[in-house]
Amino acid sequence: MRNKILFALAAFAAALIVRNLYVIFFVLGDEQNQGAIWRIFEFHFPAGILGLGGFIVATIFSILYLVGNDLRFDSISASIIEVSLVFAAIVLVTGSIWARIIWGVWWAWDARLTSMLICWLIFAGYLMLRRAIEEPTQRARLSAVVSIFGGIDAIIVYKSIEWYRTQHPGPVLTIRGANDAMPEVWQHTAYWNLLAMTCLAIILVMVRMRQEGVSREIDSMRRLAHSY
Amino acid sequence: MTAAQPAARESGAGVALFARQVFTIAQKDLRSELRTKEALNASVAFSIVVLVLFSFIFDSSSEEFHDYTGGLLWLVFTFAGALVLNRSFARETLNDCLDGLLAAPIAPSALFAGKAAANFVLLLAVALISLPVFGLFYDVRWVPVFWPLMLVIGLGIWGLTVIGTVFSALTVNLRLRELMLPTLIYPLMIPALMAAMTLTTDLLKGTPIGADNLIWIRVLVGFDVIFTAVALTIVDTVLLG
Repeated sequence: MRNKILFALAAFAAALIVRNLYVIFFVLGDEQNQGAIWRIFEFHFPAGILGLGGFIVATIFSILYLVGNDLRFDSISASIIEVSLVFAAIVLVTGSIWARIIWGVWWAWDARLTSMLICWLIFAGYLMLRRAIEEPTQRARLSAVVSIFGGIDAIIVYKSIEWYRTQHPGPVLTIRGANDAMPEVWQHTAYWNLLAMTCLAIILVMVRMRQEGVSREIDSMRRLAHSY
Repeated sequence: MTAAQPAARESGAGVALFARQVFTIAQKDLRSELRTKEALNASVAFSIVVLVLFSFIFDSSSEEFHDYTGGLLWLVFTFAGALVLNRSFARETLNDCLDGLLAAPIAPSALFAGKAAANFVLLLAVALISLPVFGLFYDVRWVPVFWPLMLVIGLGIWGLTVIGTVFSALTVNLRLRELMLPTLIYPLMIPALMAAMTLTTDLLKGTPIGADNLIWIRVLVGFDVIFTAVALTIVDTVLLG
């Protein structure tokens, strides 16, 4: 049953991504000032939502793990963080490519860029910690603690960097001025792409969770074998 | 006598007991550190080396240098701090001391608070040694703003201590412990460091704490309060499981 859901979702996501790619490249026109590069936004925005949303959801599952001590919550949380890190990396990379062409630099220490990078670093630390611990319950417990600290810190980081950057001369390099709302059809495409990427993220998380489950089973069998 | 009175007295006795336990642990840690001075010596020596290295990066006589003073100082505090924090729980791994401490009739939160208090004193000592050295090498006038600076340093170092002590407990049994601790705590420390750096630079440039930069005091206090509360709640899970 689970396989069927996975395959159905994958087929849906694949079809939707193909459709979106077609619309993005062939239907939507170039932007007046930016030319073709604005299209990267259609991937940048969904990846950003999924990356940040994933960190928040993963923190909630980490809390649930500490409350219920159910290793399934740990594998959900770890899988979500892994997938979110990939999406966060997509945000940073697509943002950099866009910035190189529009701003002329790969990186600017703008509020959003900075806080996204810091979140990425915090949760990359989480994965490093997981690698360093062998014993499954200890790994689950300690990484849940790191994830909770990371989740709370991410919120503080976002607020404080906003204050920090707004105290300094505001970002002069921005596409979102007060007046230029995006054409509606462009926005709709971004939402369709968000749906497609969300399906993709769910598939990746499900596959990753299954791997976690299997590796836990193998681990317990190995322990059992060693105990004889 | 009403029923509330014995309960109140009991909770008062509980607080007194907790405070005594915290004091005992802090005293033990400080005494053992002051006898060997292993973390303190390394930390002070390291901070002075870093302070010397700065001279190759910046021209200290230039006007711009004063825009960086807070940042430089806090880099020294955090890097040198990691050496002290790494030792905090690692010291207890010899002869299974940590198991002994956990088996003792004290709450894990008291153990944590005691260790955090000791670390705070040690980090503050490192800061108080490196601050005059910094002033001497780079002609930074810190004496007139000593007390406001101490407020900022105290708040910033308490944030570093709380996060560092929890993660020191968390990484104590790991391979690569010395590498994991800084990798985990530096990104988490960014909001507090940002606030502390801004305030320190302001103070050293002669801008008092006022309406313009009060928000950073709030960030520091908020950071400290939030993470102290989280740490005290979660430390049982870290230490006992």
